[in-house]
Amino acid sequence: MSLAIGDRPPDLSLPDTDGTERSLYGDGQPSVVVFTCNHCPYALAWHDRILQAVTDYEPRGVRFLAVNPNDAERYPADSLEAMRARVAGDGGWPLPYLRDETQEAAREYGAKTTPDVFVLDAEGRLRYRGAPDADHMDPSLDAVWLREALDALLAGEQPARPETDPVGCSVKWKR
Amino acid sequence: MRIELLWSEGCPSHPRALADLREALSEEGIGEEVLLRQIASDEEAERERFPGSPTIRIDGKDVFPAAPGEPLGLTCRCYRLRDGRVSPVPDPDDLRETLRRAKENA
Repeated sequence: MSLAIGDRPPDLSLPDTDGTERSLYGDGQPSVVVFTCNHCPYALAWHDRILQAVTDYEPRGVRFLAVNPNDAERYPADSLEAMRARVAGDGGWPLPYLRDETQEAAREYGAKTTPDVFVLDAEGRLRYRGAPDADHMDPSLDAVWLREALDALLAGEQPARPETDPVGCSVKWKR
Repeated sequence: MRIELLWSEGCPSHPRALADLREALSEEGIGEEVLLRQIASDEEAERERFPGSPTIRIDGKDVFPAAPGEPLGLTCRCYRLRDGRVSPVPDPDDLRETLRRAKENA
């Protein structure tokens, strides 16, 4: 299953690294749900650009959530403990890092890779899905596809580029 | 020299790694073909001591040895570029340097 542009995903709650349950739905505000993980070089390469987008757009009313859906049994680097250690080691993150233990969120959203970015409007409808920008190796691109989508939504418009191909490591599904 | 590139599905980096490897081989004047080997299961990854995709081996030895304790499995491998950035493929300069040394020692 995969969300189409305009679809509303189900309202799911997942625990963050502090154990707080967080709804994936925004409370009447645009939301960015980034499926990501600890071990994938693509996710790591884009990570700082995502964090900078949080810093730039959260004050403008956008809610950000990072979700790790990977099978932690086969990939221990993506366990909740490892997620906690990473966030603590970074001195905290500006967005909650959620554990999708059952992989339900990843299935409902149709996440394919880490990273895979989903932007929902204030009504919870999908308005952008794909990569943060065109090249994980070029920090100067600054997550421009994500930013374009958010700029459009904040201006009351639809993103001109609603979908791009997500690029990264495949989501590690449980067997 | 036997030059292998081991890769697994679910990680899109091996075409880029192969292109970089072929370019480095050409620049270093090494005529050997690259043998592509897909690692298809966790069991095979364990058996082959495969730390992730892509892994480049010369005469059976990983040219960028994994750190002790690094897990084995079907995953994307993290490399560090010379400027410190994380990358799914080795730094091309590191690759050239490694091939040059291998050629000298062959």
